[in-house]
Amino acid sequence: MDPRRPPRTVPDPKVRHVGFFAPGADAPPPPDRSNSAPPDPLSSSPPAAAHLTPPGTSISPVMIPPPRHSAAPLSPRRRDSFIVGSYSGKRFLDVGSPTASTASATDDWALPTSADSAWVGDTVGAGASSLPPVGSAAMIAKGLASSVPATAGLTAVSNVHRSAGVSGKPSGAASKVQGDKPKQSKPLKEKTTKAERRALQEAQRAAKAAAKGVGGKASVHMSEVVLASDVESVEVPKAHFQRNDIAAVNEKKVIDRQLEKDRKKDVPQPRMQYDDKSRVEKAKKRAVLKQTEARNRVELFRHLPQYERGTLLPDLQSRFFQLDPVHPAISKVGFQYLSGDISGSNARCIAMLQAIREAIIDYSVPPGKALVRDLTSKIGSYVSFLIECRPLSISMGNAIRYLKNRIAKLPLTLSESEAKATVVADIDRFIHDKIILADKMIVKHAVTKIRDGDVLLTYGSSSVVEMILLHAHELGKQFRVVVVDSRPKLEGQLLLRKLVGKGLSCTYTHINAISYIMHEVSRVFLGASSVLSNGTVYSRVGTACVAMVAHTFHVPVMVCCETYKFHERVQLDSICSNELGDPDVICKVRGRDEINFLDGWTNGNNLQLLNLIYDATPSDYVSMIITDYGMVPPTSVPVIVREYRKEQLWI
Amino acid sequence: MPDVQALVNDFLNKLKKRKIEGSQATAKQTAELLRSVISQQRVPYTNQAGALIDSVRAIGEQLIAANPIELAVGNIVRRVLHIIREEDLSLTTAAVTELNLSTISDDDDDDGGGNQDDHPVLSAAAVAAAARSSLRPPSLQMLLEGAPEFVAVPRSSSSGGDSEGKSKSMDRNSRTRKLKHDVIEAVNELIQDITTCHELIAEQAVEHIHQNEVILTLGSSKTVLEFLCAAKEKKRSFRVFVAEGAPRYQGHLLAKELAARGLQTTVITDSAVFAMISRVNMVIVGSHAVMANGGVIAPVGMNMVALAAQKHAVPFVVLAGIHKLCPLYPHNPEVLLNELRSPSELLDFGEFSDCLDFGSGDGSPLLHVVNPTFDYVPPKVVSLFITDTGGHNPSYMYRLIADYYSADDLVVQRRHSAVN
Repeated sequence: MDPRRPPRTVPDPKVRHVGFFAPGADAPPPPDRSNSAPPDPLSSSPPAAAHLTPPGTSISPVMIPPPRHSAAPLSPRRRDSFIVGSYSGKRFLDVGSPTASTASATDDWALPTSADSAWVGDTVGAGASSLPPVGSAAMIAKGLASSVPATAGLTAVSNVHRSAGVSGKPSGAASKVQGDKPKQSKPLKEKTTKAERRALQEAQRAAKAAAKGVGGKASVHMSEVVLASDVESVEVPKAHFQRNDIAAVNEKKVIDRQLEKDRKKDVPQPRMQYDDKSRVEKAKKRAVLKQTEARNRVELFRHLPQYERGTLLPDLQSRFFQLDPVHPAISKVGFQYLSGDISGSNARCIAMLQAIREAIIDYSVPPGKALVRDLTSKIGSYVSFLIECRPLSISMGNAIRYLKNRIAKLPLTLSESEAKATVVADIDRFIHDKIILADKMIVKHAVTKIRDGDVLLTYGSSSVVEMILLHAHELGKQFRVVVVDSRPKLEGQLLLRKLVGKGLSCTYTHINAISYIMHEVSRVFLGASSVLSNGTVYSRVGTACVAMVAHTFHVPVMVCCETYKFHERVQLDSICSNELGDPDVICKVRGRDEINFLDGWTNGNNLQLLNLIYDATPSDYVSMIITDYGMVPPTSVPVIVREYRKEQLWI
Repeated sequence: MPDVQALVNDFLNKLKKRKIEGSQATAKQTAELLRSVISQQRVPYTNQAGALIDSVRAIGEQLIAANPIELAVGNIVRRVLHIIREEDLSLTTAAVTELNLSTISDDDDDDGGGNQDDHPVLSAAAVAAAARSSLRPPSLQMLLEGAPEFVAVPRSSSSGGDSEGKSKSMDRNSRTRKLKHDVIEAVNELIQDITTCHELIAEQAVEHIHQNEVILTLGSSKTVLEFLCAAKEKKRSFRVFVAEGAPRYQGHLLAKELAARGLQTTVITDSAVFAMISRVNMVIVGSHAVMANGGVIAPVGMNMVALAAQKHAVPFVVLAGIHKLCPLYPHNPEVLLNELRSPSELLDFGEFSDCLDFGSGDGSPLLHVVNPTFDYVPPKVVSLFITDTGGHNPSYMYRLIADYYSADDLVVQRRHSAVN
């Protein structure tokens, strides 16, 4: 096997300058591969020296990572297949060939793959999170497979795997499954669902991990076994053995297919629709909290959950010590979400991660269970508890996905304490790299856009925007800030207090006066809860209004958002997906007791109050998005989403 | 006329202290005040109309200066002035036709301006009547035949020349009383119009609101309330989103009223307007004043709503009673036709008292609070005006205004500024 490049955690993105440049860097730095390649926030200079950093060493403000294909040769996916391929000797057939329907696939290929998928399907069907069983399954399968004649029919082989797949689960399932197996194996070929494909991939990953951990010999066995269904039932394996060129071609195709699958896997799951009665019933049975549906709900938002706030918190508090499956740290965070003590997606995400971190430290594997599986399900239950307290923000969803991914990829060989330490370190690294350092990067980029004499407008209270303003003030820039606020949360007052406390000159107004104040504004800085891949900015309700008015007045709108909040979902309006706040806060105006027209609004049937939390700003209104990767136009969001996802998967 | 002066002063005070809420109430009270001014005004023997105009204009000036933002005051003053002119004109034309009076001397007089003349009003009116009839577009027949339109101005021979002087003076006596009477009658009609404009506008509701529509409105307006309820009474069922309209939160009041009358009502925050507008079929709002270019002075936040409606191609309909039509063209209306209210509506003074700008002038203040009352909505984002005379395009507003005001009165303060 030819020597490979040393494995790198991140594929090198090429640097291309598009659109916006920092004014500090007059001559854009040459795309220096070694320097600028991974947008490594750790190595970046501190924000204070942002504009002093010589262009050669600073990260260019805009980095568009190269398209997937150019990065593919270095991608771990490829490496993976090579390792497996080489270890399994002359076996060219890659583990990653589960899809039967490619143009080049001959008939005799198609048979084993269908068996393969059947096996995968069953693994998933057993509800396993696939990692540990695969290892054991593979070992068992090896023994069995060798006893099965190579020419044995498809059913035999797949039976072996089927039973093997189930063997991770206690007892009798295997025989039962074997019974009804033959009828199912064929149709399953067509019906390879997303879950099956994912399971297969995880199996491959497990194989790879095992290969690394256990060492060469074991992995040979494993991959042989994994490949058994592919190869041994094929009638004419020898023909392929000598033809390495074909193998190479095949391999390439296999990789392409893999990428294709990856892409399909990226499609987000449909969200739970709360107007679906049966699913809501199911969810209720699982719920920890007792939730009562709010009265007088708005018809248009039936698909979103809305519960009586008044009863929820006392109920939760009274049962604090009975919340059995929930770690105290988690339930504390849950209360804080519920009461609104923690808000803002960064703060919520960090609080959640730290609570989970604490829970992991206190966690011990129950006897007879595998750490990876049990921990994943444990975290799943924590998360569903948090969802009951308040629906997850997109940033939290991303963080959880990252965490589960990391756990799933834990090497099997690690001891319990080692595994826990690894996960805790992963969480710490996520908080540090993806949130704290990312914010610093954003601040560094954004201050280059603030000039003396500017009037900056911001809406609500965004932690990043606050950092930007304070940092620009520290740098001695002369500017004025307009803080626009809106009911019912009046978060702008918090920001105002902080800014005024630091000596910034501020103007405060409410969102209705936005057209009045926009005449004097020269830049708009907005925070975001998430940026969706069609460029839509999903943020605190009212952001869209501000951006729209700014757009009308030809004022540039800059959205500051960390990359971990990006999401590949798309959204066109603010109604399909949103969050409903407590409607009762609408009818009372803080500090204005004379406004009490709506007291007792629940008595009538005709009146509803709607307290939306988020809205979606169309990308037309956004001049640029400032992320930790630089300043990009909204059209570049899908690129970042894609590259970020890849990086995250293969750290 | 001391009692009138007292009334005027009282009203001026109220205006200055912004005690009168809403343009309809203001308009009505202004008209009532002017009515009493007119009825108390002692009319000279000659040139009664001129005297009336002068006195109304003098008081109007004060009223407008008391609250220049409340355009309804100026509108009503101009309307009353217009009424006086019209009544005078109709009286003279009536006299002209009755007496068949048309002398060459009258025609000559008008060049001199005639304030010092014996019967200037009569002559000017006659000329105006003549001019008016000549302004009438020629009939198609005439255009076709190319016939010169001599017939247009009726100039009969002066047959009754001998009895002219006598009948004139007799007529003048009766007309003195008649003019004032007629003007007061007309002002009464105007007051009636102002009070009933809601019904007239609401009558049109069924033509615009259909079954199962979703209507969005901001703040509170009696006109909007009546409009929506009129459609509801006609058995149309639809839902209404009410944006609360910070900082006055009148939307709460409107929502309560609407719900009480059986309409499906949803209160939303102002910030949620953009989010909700994609599901809205029509935006129906009230206004503070409508300018001659079709722009609207409306409660703050309206421009945001209008822009959102434009973005989603939702019709933006403005309801305006006829007393809200202002014959002026706006210049920098966001600043000049606006008023800043107290910051206490937005911020708690207690919390921010250390840094608020109280105008004490010591150093640069750290914190300004801006709380404007009105928004200017440019005509291009308005889809339709519904007034008591029907629906109109923004571009048609100037013409509508020409029907209600005479061009001489557009600038009420003209003389005042000339003196200064």
